[in-house]
This record gives sequence, structure tokens and C-alpha cells, in this order.
Amino acid sequence: MAIDTETAARVAKLARIKVEDSDLPALAGEFNAILGFIEQLNEVDVSGIEPMTSVTPMRLKRRVDAVTDGDQQDKIRANAPDFREGFFAVPKVVE
Amino acid sequence: MSRLWLCRKATKLAIGDAMLDLTYETPKPKVIAGAKHDWELVIGMEVHAQISSKAKLFSGASTKFGAEPNANVAFVDAAMPGMLPVINDFCIEQAVRTGLGLKAQINLTSAFDRKNYFYPDLPQGYQISQLYHPIVGEGEVLVDMEPGVARLVRVERIHIEQDAGKSIHDMDPNMSFVDLNRTGVALMEIVSRPDIRGPEEAAAYVIKLRQILRYLGTCDGNMQNGNLRADVNVSVCLPGQYEKYYETQDFSHLGTRCEIKNMNSMRFIQQAIDVEAKRQISILESGGKVVQETRLYDPDKGETRSMRSKEEAHDYRYFPDPDLLPLVIEQGWVDDIAASLPELPDAKRARFISNFGLSEYDASVLTAETASADFFEQVAAEHDGKIAANWVINELFGRLKKDDLEITSSPVSPAQLAGVIGLIISGDISGKIAKDLFEIVYTEGGDPAQIVEDRGMKQVTDTGAIEAAVDQVIADNPAQVEKAKANPKLAGWFVGQVMKATGGKANPKAVNQLVAAKLGL
Repeated sequence: MAIDTETAARVAKLARIKVEDSDLPALAGEFNAILGFIEQLNEVDVSGIEPMTSVTPMRLKRRVDAVTDGDQQDKIRANAPDFREGFFAVPKVVE
Repeated sequence: MSRLWLCRKATKLAIGDAMLDLTYETPKPKVIAGAKHDWELVIGMEVHAQISSKAKLFSGASTKFGAEPNANVAFVDAAMPGMLPVINDFCIEQAVRTGLGLKAQINLTSAFDRKNYFYPDLPQGYQISQLYHPIVGEGEVLVDMEPGVARLVRVERIHIEQDAGKSIHDMDPNMSFVDLNRTGVALMEIVSRPDIRGPEEAAAYVIKLRQILRYLGTCDGNMQNGNLRADVNVSVCLPGQYEKYYETQDFSHLGTRCEIKNMNSMRFIQQAIDVEAKRQISILESGGKVVQETRLYDPDKGETRSMRSKEEAHDYRYFPDPDLLPLVIEQGWVDDIAASLPELPDAKRARFISNFGLSEYDASVLTAETASADFFEQVAAEHDGKIAANWVINELFGRLKKDDLEITSSPVSPAQLAGVIGLIISGDISGKIAKDLFEIVYTEGGDPAQIVEDRGMKQVTDTGAIEAAVDQVIADNPAQVEKAKANPKLAGWFVGQVMKATGGKANPKAVNQLVAAKLGL
């Protein structure tokens, strides 16, 4: 699968990362190098093998259903550029 | 071709140790007459049901509705860097319980994926969901339309996912305000096959699903608070096409669908389907093509419109969430949950019909909520089921409705209502007095038998006393006696006078007999 500049631009847009048009060919080239590297894995025959999801045999950690967190608006808002009347304020998004 | 809805279908239900056959007829699909020919509707639904947990799916923040903005937010929900999700055990159990309640396949291994998109109410930039390996597979919902008519709607899957936060757009002209209290709350997305064939069926499907969820206790079904929302996929096809799809499961026999997002009212669901189907028909009949897209229903304008912004971001680039290992559950745990399931609506209704001799309608009314069914069973335990049903439905429900009360806050207890009914059956009070007694118990409380005793409401069955009253009325009204002899129908007037004279306490049957005998009719 080859990534062209148009696809590279689309991926950048979906990721909300600004990429100048002049940088797109280089970006597409990097994508292709990465994908080409990963494609080598296709040479391995994995039929009948369960996908490995963790290097160590671990079980998904679970929590009990209890309220142990919250009521910390001051901390939650610490990084927010704009916070008013208890809400995060963001540039208007209307459907 | 139409064997799908012409045949009667049967499903077996376990009632105690016995199996009960439920036979039902499949409803006819809704047909809309276009300018050129008839069209049929094909509808699939995605219902988002909030899991009734105390804490969120991956954090320890509260799910309580109506908190101060951004009070129920953990660092995980706010997507602070380095925070990791830890799954809530109870939420998994509720999804399994729901799957079992819908007779669905439970997948012992499921996994979480990231659905990537940017929106201010989703700080992570992705929603954790289960695209590739949902926890629940194929199930079913029997959707009741009217007595003896129902449709078995197939459920494709149920997966667990996070809810997003809430954006408020009308507090400031230039800014949107975001409240993350809802962010990360656990949802079950229940996805149906396109087996729903009209707006009424769609509403009935949501009603039935809600009823089952409430019986199971996995979702409170509060649509007003948004705890149950539906996305509706609507397409139209020519008559006969749906049957081809059903036989082959090949979607190419069906029309292109549009998805109407986020509806939380039965009325709007029906209106939106109707409006959207008509829009698609007019496009098709004028030679156009329906474009697959996401649309919003505007109840004020009575139209659906395209959510173009949503379309642009439709490339969700799903991938397995690297923060979460696959979710593996044990068969033994699933079996324990299965053993703890309550009796579900279909089984309860069937049992009420067979054990208490109720009509399907009465049984449906009584089983709509577990609380009503429990109330009825306590009353019926002591008396005839039909009389108990009659009193619970007509008197109690009617009275509660007048005061806008739920059965759970009924001023009359099952024991009190059983007491009132017992007094009718024993002949202590007449049916008419019983209604007065019910009202006293409802407004003032107290033991019905004691009230009857204290207030002298006992029916007079002593024939001597009734006879005296009949004699008195006859003696006082010689002209009426002559008329009644000529026209026996007028005997009713005497009965009325005697009842009046005895304050309604005379046994009407005894009065009737005595009046007839004394007048020589």
C-alpha cells in the first residue's frame, strides 16, 4: 500500500496536525517507509496462532463499582485556556 | 413471497417446570403509497442504554445525574496525560446480564478499540468502544404490537463503550460550554438487525427493550435524562425485496439507508422515520439516488437534515486500544449471572395469562413494570386473579394516575387492597361500597375491615331488615306499585329506593329478589 501526498494530507487533517503542502511529499515518504517495514511481517505464517496482546501473561485489571474520584474542578480546569461558570469554554461548535 | 407474515409463529417459554407455547402472528409492514407505487420501510436501530452503575466505565468518578458542571470528572475522564483506564467490573456484569436477558450469545473474550474523532466533549480524542470483538453477540427481542401480534427482532450485537460529555451552545454567543460529567459513563450499544418494518414497530421495539432493561436492572431507561437514546437506520424498498433480503441476508436487495441520530422520545422516533421514509421515496420516484449519510431530525420543522460536519469526520480509524488488554470472562461467572436473572416480561406475562386466567391485554398492563406485577401478585395471592387484576388496573392504577403517582408510592398497600377485595368476596360490603371504602383507605389509610366495622358500612344481608325496608317503600308508594305491576321494568325504581333507604348497604341481590316477590312479578 502506497501513501500519496493526498492521503498524507488527509491523515494530517484527521489528526488535526498542520502540515505545509511543501512538507507533504516527505511525510508521505516516511509513511511508506514505516508501512514497508511493517509489511515484512506479512512474510510470517501466523495461521492458527492466537494474536499476542501482551508480552507478560496478564489479565485485564478491573475496579469495583464505587465512587472514589471527582469533585476537583480546580484541578481539572488547571490546563484549560478558558473556563467559565464551571464549564470548559471552547470556540463555538454548532451542528 | 409473503410467508414471512402469513404464517403464525410460535416460541416456547419456560413457566416454572412447564413449557408454554406462545403463538403470535407477525404484523404487516408499513406501506407508504408513493406517486408511482407502494413502498415498504426497513428499519434497524442502535439503542444506547446507560449502564446503571455508580461509577464510570473506566474511572472512579460518579455517574450521578444533575451534579454541578464538571464535578463528576476524574483525571482519566479529562484525558490528562499518562492516565490509564481501569474497567468497572459491575459494568461488564450488566452487559452480560443484558445479553442473557436478550437470549444472546455471550463472548467470553472481547476487546476494546479506539474510535478516533475530535470533538470538544471528548477530551481523549477517541471513544473507547468494541468494534471488532463485542462482548455480546446475536440475540432477540419479541416486539409486541397488539394481543396475538408480535415481531421477533434479531439483535446483532451489544458492545460496551464510553459516553461523551455535554456541549451547551446557548450560554454565550461565541463559545460553546463543555461539561464532562457524562464523559466516560458506561453505555451499552444494542444493535438490531433491520427487522423493524414501520414507525409503530420502532417505538414498540424501544418500549420492549426498555422494559427488559428495567426488569434486568441494567439501565433505568430514563429517556428524558438521555439514559436511553436511539439512532435509527431507515431505508425504503419495493414490496417483496425485504423477503429476498431475509432469505439470503444479502443487503443489496434493500435500499440505501440513512441514519437519524440521537433521539430520546418515542414520538419523535416515529415522526422522524415517517418523514425520512417520505423524503427517500420522493428522491427515488423522481429518479434520484439516496445518499448514505447521518441525519438529524428537527421536530420543529418536521424534517430531517444532513449532518455534513459529521460526514467529514467519518473516518474513525478504529484500532485496538493499547491501554486495555482483551476482556476475558469465565463461563462459570456467566452461568452465575444467568442463574440470578429475574423472570422476564414475556415469561411473566405468559404465566399471568395461564395461572390467573387474565386476558393478554390485562397481563401486558400488569407486567409493564416489575413493581406493578409484584403488587398484583401479592393481591392475587389471596384472591381470584381476575378480580385482583380488575381492582389493580381499574381502581388503583386509575386513582394513582389521577394523582400522578407511581405504583411504588401507592398509598394503598397490596395487603390493604386485598382486604377491600376480601370484604366484597365475603359479602360484607357491596361493590359500590367497596369503591367508597377504597377511597377512604387511599386517602386516610387504615385497615379496611376495621373501617367497615367502625363506620357501619357493612352490607345488610339480614333479610328481615331488608324486607322491612322493601315493605316501607311499597307502602309509601301505592301509585308506583300499580305502575310496576303493569310494567315490571319499573321494579328497578323500588330497588333504587330500598338501596337509598339503607344507605347503599343492602345486598342488591337480596333486594332484587324481595322486591320482585313483594310486587308479585
